[in-house]
Amino acid sequence: MRSRDAEDTRAYRAALAVGLPTAAYGISFGALATVGAGLDVWQTMVLSLVMFTGGSQFALVGVLASGGLSAWPSAVASAALLGSRNAVYAIRMSPVVGRGFARRALAAHLTIDESTAVSSAQQSPRAQKIGFWVTGLVVYVGWNLTTFIGALLGDLLGDVSAYGLDAAAAAAFLGLLWPRLAKLQAQAVAVAAAFVAALLTPVLMPGLPVLVAALVALVFGATNWLGSRRPRLGEAS
Amino acid sequence: MTAWHVVLLASIVCFGLKVLGYLVPARIIERPAPARTVDLLTVALLAALISLQTFAHGQQLQLDARLPAVLVAAILFALRVPFIVVIVAAAVVAAGLRALS
Repeated sequence: MRSRDAEDTRAYRAALAVGLPTAAYGISFGALATVGAGLDVWQTMVLSLVMFTGGSQFALVGVLASGGLSAWPSAVASAALLGSRNAVYAIRMSPVVGRGFARRALAAHLTIDESTAVSSAQQSPRAQKIGFWVTGLVVYVGWNLTTFIGALLGDLLGDVSAYGLDAAAAAAFLGLLWPRLAKLQAQAVAVAAAFVAALLTPVLMPGLPVLVAALVALVFGATNWLGSRRPRLGEAS
Repeated sequence: MTAWHVVLLASIVCFGLKVLGYLVPARIIERPAPARTVDLLTVALLAALISLQTFAHGQQLQLDARLPAVLVAAILFALRVPFIVVIVAAAVVAAGLRALS
């Protein structure tokens, strides 16, 4: 009984430790969406309320900011490709969430990097549940509040580059990428994709360089070039 | 396409992907190649976006205050400085360099 309580407490702590700082950078998303991409406050809020997956949200407004509304196919495709990892998380979280239509629909909405990571780090099924739901809810509420604040601030700010917000956007993406660079293979993919995107920018339509750079991942993924030979069983990713 | 269409379409697609995961049998993704590819796809997309946010100006490449700001951010992330502090630092570096030039 005692150890179960201790495990629950650890799960709650981990959920808050991960959830609160994550929620805080909704401010930069809100500001970028309104000032960078020219969305209004309500469009920005729909992205955080309905799309609710940070990488895809940043990608959508990032492509719209550089390519304008005419780059929408690339903007939507970039958001979808980045959001595809949530489908994988969903498969992993499916047994944790359990049965019932309403419960699974709500769980689907909260299936993101952070809720999956905190849940996966817990030992007992009960603590895994706590990790998933508490992290998901904390990030959801916090992320939407800070998006709203950022969107209102963004409207007041005006020209982004004078405040360095364009560089802040790049830094925000770097923050999402950094924890994924532990392995040599990931580092090689990152460098190659960055080069491909930059080199294609002057010759392709806005938005397309990002999608072509994604092909780098397909090549490395299919061939496992520079990858470890050991099976992935039991390996945290 | 208006901005509203784009916002709603992309939101529905991303939510749909999450739902899809709960409908798929687990064994599909447990094979190593698809799992590895999805992980690497995230890495490639983020790296490509960073590259464009740092170097692209419309359809041209341009070296300006963004590059030093991103390098500072990389150093701070390597030192495990909290996310929000790094973002502010990057903005300050870029804004500072622009104010000086």
